[in-house]
This record gives sequence, structure tokens and C-alpha cells, in this order.
Amino acid sequence: MWIYEKKLEYPVRVSGPNPRLAKAIITQYGGPDGELAASLRYLTQRYSMPLSQAKAVLTDIGTEELAHMEIVATLVYNLIRDASIQEIRAAGMDNYYADHDKALYFVNASGAPWTAAYIQSKGDPITDLHEDMAAEQKARSTYEYLIQLSDDPLVTETLAFLREREVVHYQRFGEMLQLVYEWQGSRHIF
Amino acid sequence: MMPEQAQLLTQIMALEFTAVDLNLYLDTHPDDQRALMDYNSTVQELAILKDQYQRRYGPLTNFGYAPSQYPWAWVNDPWPWEVSF
Repeated sequence: MWIYEKKLEYPVRVSGPNPRLAKAIITQYGGPDGELAASLRYLTQRYSMPLSQAKAVLTDIGTEELAHMEIVATLVYNLIRDASIQEIRAAGMDNYYADHDKALYFVNASGAPWTAAYIQSKGDPITDLHEDMAAEQKARSTYEYLIQLSDDPLVTETLAFLREREVVHYQRFGEMLQLVYEWQGSRHIF
Repeated sequence: MMPEQAQLLTQIMALEFTAVDLNLYLDTHPDDQRALMDYNSTVQELAILKDQYQRRYGPLTNFGYAPSQYPWAWVNDPWPWEVSF
């Protein structure tokens, strides 16, 4: 069961229409290292986790990623909402516009649609937690590239928050990996 | 959204973020008593502010987690992506 809260995890502000930036940021909505991929990866891996703590970590981080997906969607929505057709064309967002108008769709920065092939679920907790740690680092790198591309200081502020969360999640997954190693070690004594 | 509503909502967002972060920390440090005390006091503070907010501006949560005034207020704008801070 999930309960929706009618609020964002972090405030989103933009200075004005900026379809060029929206076109880059949308990769964190539906790209390989984006928030949808992160959320679904963790929420599907949790069923085969051997430790109650690991089930909690994956449930909680998977849920927070859904909130991040909403933040990214809110950024994109507000960056294209008031953009004119001329601005959309000038930003190279006309291909996207042809398929989706200004609606939100799960694509990466080059327009490729989201695919489950972005994520893995191996059943081996060591393998899955390594994938999760890599995923957090890949998302951190992406947010750093987006911050480099951003010409809107208000947008950069929200991107910096999201980047910081990747660092915290990486830390928690690393601690969880250590706990799983310890659990496996102690089990082998018998 | 009027400034008073946005201000209260921002306070709730800040407190709930504190709860989220402590929650994740406690998942891998369940024996940290100080963090647990921080978490529990955040829960209390958050409940007070959410109650205040929901009485004034309508429910923040659906599916039985908050009552609604008449008429059913869950459907009211603004939705989170429409709020200007």
C-alpha cells in the first residue's frame, strides 16, 4: 500500500520558460539513471532480500525515489509550461512536442523511451546492492552534468538537493551491503 | 497559494524531510538512541503542524489518513506541481 501526500519533498522554483534545460533534465524522469528506474529497481529487488533491514532500506529509498520523480516532473512541467512554439523549436524540443505536446513522458535526453532493460533484479543480495550503489553514483554524475548545463540558479538549487540525496542513498546501501556480508559470514559458522 | 499557506507547507516539508532522512539512517542504525529520539520528536512536531494545515487548507493525504471538510476537499487545486514557492 502507498499513500500519496499532496506536497513535494523539496520546493521547485524556476526563473522562466527554458525548454532546452527541460529537454536535458527529463532524462532524470525516464532515462537510464533516472528516478523512475531507481524507484522501480529498488521496489522490485526488495522481495528477494534476506534481511528485514534490507527490505526496509529498499522500500524506503524506493519510495523516496518516487518523490524525486515527482520533483523532476515538476521541474520539466514548469520549464515548458509557458514556452512558446518558437522557443520549443529553438531549443530542439520540437521532436518531443510532436509526440507529447507539453505532457510528461518517460524518455531520456535524446528521446529514447524508458525500458525495464535499464534495471536488474538478480536475487543475490550482494549483486543487487552493488547495482544499487552503482545506480546512485550514476545518478549523482547525471545531476552534476545537469548542474553544469543549468543556466537557471533556481533550478540548480533543486538539482543540488537531488544530487545530495544520491550521496546519502549510496551511503545507506553501502552500510546495508556490509550488514548482508556480516549476516552471510555468521551463517557460515553453523 | 497564499503566503501563509506556502509558509506552513514549507515548514511541514522541512520537518518531513528531517523524518525521511532520519528514517533511512535508522534503517541501518536501529540501535542509535539519539537518532531515534530525534525521529520520535520530529513525528510529534510534524503531527501538530499537519493537523493545523489540514484544518485550514484541506487534506494532505488521501485514503483515510485525514478527514475532509464539505465539499470533499481532496480534489482542490493546487496540486504539488502547481504550487509557486
